[in-house]
Amino acid sequence: MRPLPFYFALTTRGRAVPHRTFFAFILPSIVAMLLFIALPIVSVIVQSFYIEHQQVLVEVENCQPFGGCTKTVRVDAAATAEIKASDPLGRFNGLGTYLNRSHLAVDEIGVIFASNTGLGDIVARIYNLPFYKALAFTLAFCAIVTPLAMLLGFAIALAVDALPRLTKGPVIFFSLLPMIITPLIGSLILYWMINPQGILGATLQQIFHDPNLSLRGSPALTWLTLLFYGVWSNAPFSFVVFYAGLQTVPGDTLESAMIDGASRWERIRYVIIPHLAPLATFVALVQVMDNFRVFEPIVGFSAEANATSLSWLVYNDLSGDSQLFGSAGATSVLTIIGIIILLTPVLLRTWREFNQKVV
Amino acid sequence: MKNMLRLSASAGVLLLTAGTAFADCGIAAGSVRILSNDFDALRLVNKTAEECASGTVTVTSNPTAEHKNLQVPALSISPAEYTVAVVANNSIVPLLNDDLIRPLDDLVAQYGQDLMPNQLIKIDGKVMAIAFMGNSQHLFYRKDILDKAGIAEPKSYEDILVAAKAIKDAGLMEYPLAASDKPGWDLAAEFVNMYLGTGGEFFTPGSAALAIDNPDGMKTLEIMKAMTAYMDPDYLTFDASGIQAEYEAGNVAIMNEWGSIAGAILDDEGAADGVVANTVLAAAPTVNGGTIPAVALWWDGFAIAKNISDEDAAASFQAMVHAISPATVAANPDVATWLVKGFEPGPAAVGVIATANAGARAYPMQPYMGLLHTALSSELAEFMAGSESAEQALADVKAAYETAAKEGGFL
Repeated sequence: MRPLPFYFALTTRGRAVPHRTFFAFILPSIVAMLLFIALPIVSVIVQSFYIEHQQVLVEVENCQPFGGCTKTVRVDAAATAEIKASDPLGRFNGLGTYLNRSHLAVDEIGVIFASNTGLGDIVARIYNLPFYKALAFTLAFCAIVTPLAMLLGFAIALAVDALPRLTKGPVIFFSLLPMIITPLIGSLILYWMINPQGILGATLQQIFHDPNLSLRGSPALTWLTLLFYGVWSNAPFSFVVFYAGLQTVPGDTLESAMIDGASRWERIRYVIIPHLAPLATFVALVQVMDNFRVFEPIVGFSAEANATSLSWLVYNDLSGDSQLFGSAGATSVLTIIGIIILLTPVLLRTWREFNQKVV
Repeated sequence: MKNMLRLSASAGVLLLTAGTAFADCGIAAGSVRILSNDFDALRLVNKTAEECASGTVTVTSNPTAEHKNLQVPALSISPAEYTVAVVANNSIVPLLNDDLIRPLDDLVAQYGQDLMPNQLIKIDGKVMAIAFMGNSQHLFYRKDILDKAGIAEPKSYEDILVAAKAIKDAGLMEYPLAASDKPGWDLAAEFVNMYLGTGGEFFTPGSAALAIDNPDGMKTLEIMKAMTAYMDPDYLTFDASGIQAEYEAGNVAIMNEWGSIAGAILDDEGAADGVVANTVLAAAPTVNGGTIPAVALWWDGFAIAKNISDEDAAASFQAMVHAISPATVAANPDVATWLVKGFEPGPAAVGVIATANAGARAYPMQPYMGLLHTALSSELAEFMAGSESAEQALADVKAAYETAAKEGGFL
């Protein structure tokens, strides 16, 4: 899907390299990562602690083609510029932005727990807060799409591996198509297909004999569509990696398993899956990271009404008629923290395996 | 999608105007760099301004839907990346907030003989922009369908609901209504439109405190929701170009749509049989017994950057005045509802003019209106989907707006 950072290549192979060579090899990467990844993250973190200065407002006469002249409030640009010049970052707000309603909503959650009519009420009211609504979909997307896409990818890999040589090339090409198409374009194509006048939408209406059936109308069906799209577009990555892995399965072991009378399923279960297990960890890692920043399908499917994600919140803060940089920064930092929490178990496991191999 | 539709519609406009390059605009020297939104009328204006290019004058333009995101950073640097920003009621506000555009009084006195007084956008007594076209959403309806249902032209949203019921009951159309209810800018604009029609104020006068949490706000939401009963179940995914397509396909009898799209709907392309011939444009409807159309009026105009040389500013002003001259407008009467001297409205401009004449209010220019628009754009979705009460929706909008306004330094 995208070039993998160097450390995957090194850790997954687990090969020991002399320290000096290793350092010379990764120096350009480290410099690039500092410049293009670490520094921007630091700047985002700093930004998230600040909010705009108190605006100096004045009431002035405003004349325009419609409605003539009226008194309107406007920002006193000169006075505001003076304040900005003395303190360009803005007002320090500490963790205020993180705790406000658009993010962790600490006060609102306190109120919800203090007065509610039961568990259902608590869940519904927390889900009504923008950050938790986005988090719910983001986590659901990660948790459902990652395993399903890996399973589908693995199944495709097994199927393609069993094909005769001549047909493999074209089949691999077509299996990779969902990954080759830009996510936004892919989701737009699918979106138009599920339109009630589109080929999929009209077919579904026929199948279910329901002329009002629309995949875009209800929250549940919107989620289902987005998850389906997620599996469709993520499966090829798993497929490619697993297919490459299948080529490394030792033929001897497979043959001896066959001589022992193992069925195809038993060979998959007891030879292939254990062989590919480390690879599965790696695929899961990349997919979880990818899925946690789900964004394009939400825009492509016009699903904002029923599903939002953390990345969509950042986009929403930065687009439109006025931008909230502190708020976008805070959501970004929370996203990074979320990814760290999700990846910690996998990273710990990889680290342990790596250490075992070195020793 | 929106841009593609507009692009195809505008190809004809460009062909018509391409032949007249190198007009004499009386500019000695300078560089003119235009940043604008991307639709037919503005592309025509840009193209006409480019006629002023000569050996000593360069004219470039960048029409893009991303103009709102580009304009502040592009005009903040010195010299500014663009000398001209084509703006509207809402997009001029960030430029004013950061003091990025210059007063035009001197330039108007020197080069603005053709401008009419109501084209001058004056803020605190100083001309900050020159408006050249008006725009608003207004009523489009199918006369044939309404006649069959025995309904007269609807004047209010209450009339529209009655008409929709009649059309549906008569079996003429399953979903006779459409509105651009897609969560985001469009849905928020629908709320703003309807609320303006109730006569209510968005903010406590003179402050940034939100004031929509009142019976007018409740009425607005009630009507918006009532309309959806007669809409395609996918109504939450339709933006302005979405309902345009539905209307042109003959699936919709009544809608409120942008006047700037009227030309594209009334042309011979893309519409089902009978749609164009039976389409009538009228003023936007009133609401809740009010007397003014429930819709926001918009102007598009140009402003000149502050961080550029006086020579470039003069050249830019002259090129833009040439671009919106009465001659340009006389040659292209159907492209927009021009605010320029001598404009004879064509059939596509009828709706906007009727709306303006009926006294519709302009889209508010308060510096914190953008924050409210954003809050409305994301917090009304659940109410419109039917999973939240109107009270809760208004409370959510208020909470989201206040959070944003505190961060923006307005509260």
